[in-house]
Amino acid sequence: MSVRPAIEVAFAGELGKFRLDARFDAPGKGITALFGPSGCGKTSVLRCIAGLQRLGGACRVAGEVWQDGDVFLPPHRRAVGYVFQEASLFPHMSVRANLLYSSHGKVLPSASGRIGFDEVVDLLGLDALMGRATQHLSGGERQRVAVGRALLSQPRLLLMDEPLSALDRQSRDEILPFLERLHDTLEIPAFYVTHDMAEVERLADHLVLMRAGKVEAAGPLGGIQADVDLSLARQREAAVSLDAVVAGYDRRYGLARLDVAGGSFLVPSAAEHPVGTGARLRIGAGEVSLAREAPHATSILNLLPARILQARPIDEREMILVLGLGAEGDGATLLARLTRMSWDHLGLAPGMAVVAQVKSAALSLR
Amino acid sequence: MAVRLTVELATLTTAILLIVGTPVAWWLARSRAWYKEAVAAIVALPLVLPPTVLGFYLLVTLGPSGPGGALASLWGARTLAFTFEGLVIGSVVYSLPFVVQPIRNAFEAMGDRPLEVAATLRASPWRSFWTVAVPLARPGFLTGAVLGFAHTVGEFGVVLMIGGNIPGETKVLSVAIYDYVEALRWREANILAGGMVVFAFIVILSMMLIEKRMRRAGE
Repeated sequence: MSVRPAIEVAFAGELGKFRLDARFDAPGKGITALFGPSGCGKTSVLRCIAGLQRLGGACRVAGEVWQDGDVFLPPHRRAVGYVFQEASLFPHMSVRANLLYSSHGKVLPSASGRIGFDEVVDLLGLDALMGRATQHLSGGERQRVAVGRALLSQPRLLLMDEPLSALDRQSRDEILPFLERLHDTLEIPAFYVTHDMAEVERLADHLVLMRAGKVEAAGPLGGIQADVDLSLARQREAAVSLDAVVAGYDRRYGLARLDVAGGSFLVPSAAEHPVGTGARLRIGAGEVSLAREAPHATSILNLLPARILQARPIDEREMILVLGLGAEGDGATLLARLTRMSWDHLGLAPGMAVVAQVKSAALSLR
Repeated sequence: MAVRLTVELATLTTAILLIVGTPVAWWLARSRAWYKEAVAAIVALPLVLPPTVLGFYLLVTLGPSGPGGALASLWGARTLAFTFEGLVIGSVVYSLPFVVQPIRNAFEAMGDRPLEVAATLRASPWRSFWTVAVPLARPGFLTGAVLGFAHTVGEFGVVLMIGGNIPGETKVLSVAIYDYVEALRWREANILAGGMVVFAFIVILSMMLIEKRMRRAGE
């Protein structure tokens, strides 16, 4: 039985200097990143979903029609949580009053299916901020309060519009783990607008690629990252994000072992994490090289059997390859960038079994 | 007597101005209507018109054959001119720009964002107006109220045109000073005029201090 997608978005209309024509579906779970260069219409899509801006089209969320034809729910009648680029806390209210604005200042008794006040405070580490005036919070702290405030409005869909872009590097690194925790704890779907691929790689489960007002591609993150027909995989910073599970830790060398479908990785990690912890690995296409057979003496720790699934030339010098981990190539997908010279010298071809040598992988724990 | 009457007139006028001026300021700040600036210009007219011109038209409007007369006939009076009620109406019109302008500026300075945030937190437009827009525009309201009050106290031309000079009814401070001078009673004129100078000074000073404190609190 085909299930109707949880979130359906279709907007079209003139938007200043270009035409927005964005339609895509998204699942009712996890983070869907809207990614594209500045000014491609990502934020407008988000504003249209919230009803802050009106273009023609339709928007359905969790079985509710927010917009369709003549139907247009005003923003305050939509069960949406919106985190703006700047935290936009109400300056005339305390942190607590900001958090409780949507519930008229009352802490609602916890109930199933409702996001509780204590839960939000705990999740976002807001306890210490509660008594402070909003003016005296750092950028990262403000944005955490803004996220908490949006969550406490009990949204069916959380919208985040580049919540980190107004922050400095340090605040960004401070707030990202909170967002990752949010991602793992919350049941509600979220749309996350960003032009920073690093945020997509760490947070997103699904990806909507936008360019000049149009949706270039939409789907699960891994599928889009490894789609060699899209621009993303051909970029210099192309990478895949793999959801992994901690399987062990070598204390002597400070290496964590992480299992993914069809293989496992050794990754340097300063701290030991309990077995079974979820983690995300980022593996850049440039960090992966290939060998026809396992080299017997090499400094590279991660040597994984894999199969070449696809290969495309990027230019006259380089190629981009899609690899499937495991002897049959049915495991997790990697990207590898090779010179055409290596491709020819090794006599590689699609379908061939190879050994993927991964020089380094970036680890972020969940 | 003139002092009490003046304070009564200014207080009542200020209260009405805040009630009338706030929706006008809100509309001017938020509307995208093409005729918006025309309305703004009409509201601002008393700033540049000679008070006697304004007073003349008010006299015609409030008089027995104008709409003011029709209004007055509701409670059996013949005219609104030369009455306290008429003076209140005149003062409201005359001081409107002094109240509308600061409040409009405050609403505009606030921008759309706080209201958008409130809307995405399920606040109806009515609730977000009272819980977000009004508190954020507080300095504008304060400035508007003080200016409206002070300006009403200081008006002369309009009062003379539509209020006449009836003790206890329309004889306010500024007219009283004029009277004393006409009658060559310099001492009394001096006391009243000096009092006005002190009053104006205190008003302006306290307004500046309050604004400064509010700005510091807002940082």
